[in-house]
Amino acid sequence: MKQEGKKKIWADYQKEIADDHFFYVRSCIRQSFFPGAEQFFLHMMRNILGKDVYENPSHTTCTGIGYHSDIVPPQTIMTVVARHFALMKEAGYKNIAISCVTSFGIYTEILETWKHFPEELEKTREYLFKATGREFDIPENMAHTSDIIFKFRNEIAARAKNMLINKKTGEPLKVVEHIGCHYAKMFPKSGVGGAEFPRVLSGMAESWGGQVIDYPERRHCCGFGFRQYLVQANRGYSVSNTAKKFASMQPYEPDVVITNCPGCNMFMDRWQYTIKEMEGTTYGVNGESIPVLTYEELAGLVLGYNPWDLGLQYHMVQSEPLLDKLGIEYDITDKFKTKDGRQMPVPENLINA
Amino acid sequence: MEDIFGLLQKDVRFVEGLKACMNCGVCTAICPAAEFYDYDPRKIVDIVQRKDNNELTGLLKSETIWYCGECLSCKTRCPRGNTPGYIIMALRTLSQKLGYFTESEKGRQQLAIKRTVGENIFKYGYCTAAYAVHPELHPEQGPIWEYILENTHDVFERLGGHINGEDGPMRKIPDDALDELKKIFDVTGGTELFEDIEKHSRKKAEELGIQFEDTGIDNDYFIEVYTANNGTHTTHENPDEE
Repeated sequence: MKQEGKKKIWADYQKEIADDHFFYVRSCIRQSFFPGAEQFFLHMMRNILGKDVYENPSHTTCTGIGYHSDIVPPQTIMTVVARHFALMKEAGYKNIAISCVTSFGIYTEILETWKHFPEELEKTREYLFKATGREFDIPENMAHTSDIIFKFRNEIAARAKNMLINKKTGEPLKVVEHIGCHYAKMFPKSGVGGAEFPRVLSGMAESWGGQVIDYPERRHCCGFGFRQYLVQANRGYSVSNTAKKFASMQPYEPDVVITNCPGCNMFMDRWQYTIKEMEGTTYGVNGESIPVLTYEELAGLVLGYNPWDLGLQYHMVQSEPLLDKLGIEYDITDKFKTKDGRQMPVPENLINA
Repeated sequence: MEDIFGLLQKDVRFVEGLKACMNCGVCTAICPAAEFYDYDPRKIVDIVQRKDNNELTGLLKSETIWYCGECLSCKTRCPRGNTPGYIIMALRTLSQKLGYFTESEKGRQQLAIKRTVGENIFKYGYCTAAYAVHPELHPEQGPIWEYILENTHDVFERLGGHINGEDGPMRKIPDDALDELKKIFDVTGGTELFEDIEKHSRKKAEELGIQFEDTGIDNDYFIEVYTANNGTHTTHENPDEE
């Protein structure tokens, strides 16, 4: 095929990601479970890459978990998201940066809905004005925050203090990348590489020296399933799907799992603990479990940030085996200290500790 | 009898989700729910496109519409542009509006979701917030979670968070923002759906003779719908064999 034809085919898998001036919206799950990840993203963007990222503390949940557990109707979530667009317009921004993959899927679905059903857009404008007196514009550029780190992955690699290389063997670390279903399965054109060839995390891992593992259940859902986790009686669905993924990746001996969805990250961390408790099964080598990191946390390690300021100690699966492979020197006495250096109690029964 | 198909067509997700199914079953092959539950999204789409109101009413009262996890993997794969997951979402919304959701064990769980996630939205402005994930409801969160909740302020402060502060992770959502959120729910039908879930759940609790309180999670009906599992939902469990 001529080069031109190839470019045309692959154009569908490209994504335009803004370069600067972002309006940032947080994730309920990421800020609850991985607050250090969100803060590192902002620190890196503003202080390392020199970008302008604005946040209005008045932005709320997008109500996405409620929408996908069916207690929030479509017109309600459209109007809540429209309020975020209004806050962005009022602050003079046109590029939105979204921390949550559930939110990102929802924002994408809403913009697609407004394209197909313009009357829904008009209804949303009326509802928002009636409820809040606000008016909004549709963003010019919409990116998940993993898209943005993907865009700047080579700038990060150029500043790397720790490449994803096993310092003892010199071999690249084996990385499992897990993409949240709502990143691109619904609207493939909204994600880097689409749903077939998602590149957003593998691009980062490879730029930073790692080797990405391909395994049979690579694209299987983490198992969240919204109501299938939120209600205790249904959690067998959630843990079973996670178990299926981990059993599939286990023979490839991954050193680390990275995710772009905060929910996936939490489940793949916590369900490893649960499965170990339930039946004694672990999925790493030598009876260890596999550390599960957000892409911000991984970028933080690559850039030489203190793992305990990123919050790696607040995962259920502890990251020391990974830190040792990377040759990162860490101060174990600093692990459970407060911001001003006061010693906190040391938690017991963590995994890999 | 209600014109169920007509009501479903008012939901844009239904219009977008149902083109024409040729019963190939790719959606079922890719579906995480079909692996775990006795569930077949292909059959749901097939029933829906037959437009039979009796069958549709049966679906709205069934367990099966509550098995989907809304991962929407089916949307990527359908060769005819259907989205079984969107059809499910429209069916679930209508099942709650008409009060049919309380006819199934899985449907009745909607009250538990409304009383947890739904109340979080109004109270805190978050669907989920660190301080609202209670270890007794979430044993899978493990010892680290109990530790974090016992040391919340210190843990969040080190990581740049401000529990109920002015900015950053877990900031307090300002009262005027919470008011706007509530008004949005009021004008768009969100509050009405919450009220529908409450109204029909109260009625079902009375019918079943289970103690019900109008708020909170400390009542028998909440505990029942949050924990009950009759063991007949999955392909792996067969009570007849026990």
